[in-house]
Amino acid sequence: MFSSLPLLSILIWLPVLGAMIILMTDEKWAKRIAPAVTIITLLLCIPLYLGFDTSTYHMQFQENKLWISAYQIHYSLGVDGISLSMIILTNFTGLLVILAGCEAIKKRLSQYMAAFLVMQGMMVGVFAALDAILFYVFWEGMLIPMYLSIGMWGSANRSYASIKFFLYTFLGSILMLVALLYLYRVTGTFEIQKFYGLHLPLNMQILLFLAFLLAFAVKVPMWPVHTWLPDAHTEAPSGGSVVLAALMLKLGIYGFLRFSMPIAPLAAQQLDWVMIALSLIAIVYIGLVAIVQTDMKKLIAYSSIAHMGFATLGCFMVYDIMRDTGNYHYAYLSIEGAVVQMISHAFGSGAMFLGVGILADRFYNHSRLIKDYGGIAHKMPVFAAFFMLFAMSNVGLPGTAGFVGEFMVMLSSFYAHFWVALLAMTTLVLAAAYTLWMYKRIFFGPVANQYVEGFRDLTWIEKTNYTLLAIGVFFVGLYPAFILNILHASIGYLLSVSLVGV
Amino acid sequence: MANLLLRNAALVIMLLPLLGAIIAGLFGKNIGRKATHTITITLVGISFLLSCYVFNVVVLYRLPAIDAPIYEWVSSGLFHFNVGILIDRLSAIMMVIVTFISFMVHIYTIGYMSDDPGYQRFFSYMSLFTFAMLSLVLADNFLVLFFGWEGVGLVSYLLIGFWFKREAAVFGGLKAFLANRVGDIGFLLGTAAILTFFNSLNYNDVFSNVSTIIGKNIFVLPNISFSAITVICVLLFIGAMGKSAQMPLHVWLPESMEGPTPISALIHAATMVTAGIYMVARMSPLFEYSDAALSFVLVMGATTCFFTGLLAVFQYDIKRVIAYSTLSQLGYMTVALGVSAYDASIFHLMTHAFFKALLFLAAGSVIIAMHHEQDMRKMGGLALVMPVTYVTFLMGALALSAIPPFAGFYSKDAIIEAVQFSTIKGANYAYFCVLAGAFITPLYIFRALFLTFHGKSKIDAHVDVRESRWVILIPLILLAIPSLIIGGMFIGPMLFSKPNLLGNSILILPIHSAMQQLAEHYEGAKKMALEAGKHLTLWLAIAGIVTAWIFNSAWPAFAENLKKHFAFFYSVMIRKYGFDDFNQIIFVRGFRRLGEFLYDIGDLKFIDGYIVNGCAKLIQWFARVSRHVQTGFIYHYALAMVLGLAIFLSWTLLGR
Repeated sequence: MFSSLPLLSILIWLPVLGAMIILMTDEKWAKRIAPAVTIITLLLCIPLYLGFDTSTYHMQFQENKLWISAYQIHYSLGVDGISLSMIILTNFTGLLVILAGCEAIKKRLSQYMAAFLVMQGMMVGVFAALDAILFYVFWEGMLIPMYLSIGMWGSANRSYASIKFFLYTFLGSILMLVALLYLYRVTGTFEIQKFYGLHLPLNMQILLFLAFLLAFAVKVPMWPVHTWLPDAHTEAPSGGSVVLAALMLKLGIYGFLRFSMPIAPLAAQQLDWVMIALSLIAIVYIGLVAIVQTDMKKLIAYSSIAHMGFATLGCFMVYDIMRDTGNYHYAYLSIEGAVVQMISHAFGSGAMFLGVGILADRFYNHSRLIKDYGGIAHKMPVFAAFFMLFAMSNVGLPGTAGFVGEFMVMLSSFYAHFWVALLAMTTLVLAAAYTLWMYKRIFFGPVANQYVEGFRDLTWIEKTNYTLLAIGVFFVGLYPAFILNILHASIGYLLSVSLVGV
Repeated sequence: MANLLLRNAALVIMLLPLLGAIIAGLFGKNIGRKATHTITITLVGISFLLSCYVFNVVVLYRLPAIDAPIYEWVSSGLFHFNVGILIDRLSAIMMVIVTFISFMVHIYTIGYMSDDPGYQRFFSYMSLFTFAMLSLVLADNFLVLFFGWEGVGLVSYLLIGFWFKREAAVFGGLKAFLANRVGDIGFLLGTAAILTFFNSLNYNDVFSNVSTIIGKNIFVLPNISFSAITVICVLLFIGAMGKSAQMPLHVWLPESMEGPTPISALIHAATMVTAGIYMVARMSPLFEYSDAALSFVLVMGATTCFFTGLLAVFQYDIKRVIAYSTLSQLGYMTVALGVSAYDASIFHLMTHAFFKALLFLAAGSVIIAMHHEQDMRKMGGLALVMPVTYVTFLMGALALSAIPPFAGFYSKDAIIEAVQFSTIKGANYAYFCVLAGAFITPLYIFRALFLTFHGKSKIDAHVDVRESRWVILIPLILLAIPSLIIGGMFIGPMLFSKPNLLGNSILILPIHSAMQQLAEHYEGAKKMALEAGKHLTLWLAIAGIVTAWIFNSAWPAFAENLKKHFAFFYSVMIRKYGFDDFNQIIFVRGFRRLGEFLYDIGDLKFIDGYIVNGCAKLIQWFARVSRHVQTGFIYHYALAMVLGLAIFLSWTLLGR
């Protein structure tokens, strides 16, 4: 019954439309329209989920219109299990960000709401696009509202951060465009699915892989192209940080899964040791760096990079496992772990960034420095309890979202390599050290100063947001089979095309 | 049918405390203190009664083990990770112990925490702990085990740091969590190795296929490999070392005493710290096949048993004495595991749970009376003021010192004799350690007893010391009774009857015959107590008590003299062998330095400074330099054109 509706198009363009209307009205209306739009889009995800057939890997809810005939560029949309779960996550996060913004943003509220609505629409577009050029358009289109949000609502050093963010990500994606044009020359189409299984020569695959790598590695971000993220996070408004952490980083992993691995499987196999090494650097090196951060947002940003290391590790361990053991099941476990990590990380880290926003909003100069806080647990017990839950998810405690993906990746990596698993498992200690040490300094101890003394506990909007996130954390942590059931077929297919010729 | 009933009963036992925790945690402030403790205590009480029922059915009616999956947590490829519970003799016994101690401590808490603002939160945590511990005990696979494992770790962290205004408490919590996590690396690696070799995390699948992996190796380096089963067992045991505080991962347990006393009794004496012991006993079908791993377990346990016991002698904080004593007793249990006397280990775990919880709660009663003073140098002469506390503490001390017929005598003696009979590598060393421990144990606990309850009172005159309230004393009495009788009552059924209480939950290979030989020498509990005088251990224990009396009551100057003569030894003891300093310098400071180095040099200076901003600077520089060409004077441009033309011309003409 819902298949007659162009659900994906609605999910992309409704927020954009809402943004336009908001820009034409005043702030009072913005506060009503923006949440309404995000609630509607989140509700529209329900038919999307219910109508989705989990037994097939084929793209569903397809829409296809010729867009630019000269180059056979189509406006072509569709979802498989991976993009479906990411789209639902995008709409969920969108609601949280808009709700948080209603309270936290004091200047240019309408523009803020509009920017984040457009961002949400573009991001759904990225996940739904089946045409490479359309993908590229959304991919770049999403940068603009993010750039604006950092530049306009960010803190002191925002212009440096926003330029750095823009140049970094933009430079990365230029090479991706070149790769896409090459693939068009080979296949005569921009349909992403037609790029799979081409049996391109190895040296060509390596060039393609490297071109995609730069684009996606910047997004993930992987060491050493990660330094934009801490800056962007610290300067962005907390809504921007949430979107960055919960969604934008995942685009890199999504890119690896959609482009790098299935298009250049031989190259991925040749270069998997680079990717594994970079992932381990992310986990260990970045984990150590996170410990010494003095700025809360920077600390959580670094912790995000470290957690994303598990996602990339899970993706590329596949090749290592296949080469060393040939056991398909462990490869499957590994890549599913990576995808689960990519989804589950959104809850804990998003919630923690929201938390920093909650604290900074209450502090007279919006400080994010850990040393300015202390003893928050006395003044905001409800907040402290929530934050403990999210911190534990970040630490990877079983029963919370943060555990599932890491556990799967760790188990499968041991199968191929003892040392890779051992290094990856240092995160058990490192993540606990940086997260709980930060928690200790912010929440425990005596009340730090008179500003903290005046803090009030969560408002009802903040409570709503946190309750939603807490449900997410527990749901994913206790019943990940729910997500995995959506993913199985799609990942199976993706894995099979990613192993062509390997 | 009976299986379903039992499964549901076990689920209810597990979930009731969770329900209590949720009610107390979310609505505690609304429903008030009385409702909070009534609800949580009732729920834990029901859990205890149901546990007794399950124990009754499983053990007395000799039901085979029930492995009941509840739901599928993750499926991926051929792997199915379920959430499920295993009800057998071992988990039934553990369930009774956990819920009983938890029940007692819940009641005790009414008195202990009565004027604390975090009353409801405390009850919520304790019930949550009970839930986590029960899920650990009831797990039917490594996943759920790890869930409970981390769950108890979390609650322990929260409860140590319960008084979060105090720096030391928060620090202690963090330290506990991190030390446990170091062990968890071992545990998770072990779990991953299990999956690698068995393709399943379910106990049943693993234990029934152990024979298939014998002879297989794990390659740690291309040319270096170890027997898979040994690697698995050692890795799992490293996890147990974290949780059960074996050297060198023991550093967190003394620090955990910063938490309120009820949880020291519940978590850091009776239940959580024995999780590692329980786990190894549960894994007996694995450990039995690796003598190397068993030897490792034995040596680590023996070392912990002796060296931490020694430290207890030099502590002045009453809770820390008992904490070090817990370490030492955990060492005994570990030693028993090492000599394949799993039943004896669980037996000691059981008796220890009662008498150590008793000692902690009695110490807590003293601390409450002293208005949160824990330094024994400021106590003394309390026996007359607090008679009930004194008598119960004394009973706990006698049980701990293995004086017949108290419970500790039976369990500890069984362990010591099992070590004597064992032929495994390291058994001689372990035998020395456990015998030395038999002397040290009464020494430190009676030292504490004399300092606290005997001698001249050193209490400030204006401190009003009184016997504690009944809610505190009743749990003491209820724990003192089992501390007296449970040993003699259970030694037969637990260790020597066929099948014994643990029955088929434990596997012992015939080559590890320590328990077998022990059974051959056993002639009933009564005779064992009466003939205790024939064994060295009783005389060592009595010597310990006498020494404690000489040093602390009869001739204190002698102790002071010794201190001066053995100043170096004394300073080593006071510094606790330097573990804390070592960790602080090498790990805490070292890793922070490393992190700072990587951040300052790697991220800020190199990547951002040279590469990212370097690119920007390069472009800036280039623009600045090239800007000078754009002078705006027409003759400069004319000159450039002429020059360019000349060069181009000469290149085309001469180049050919």
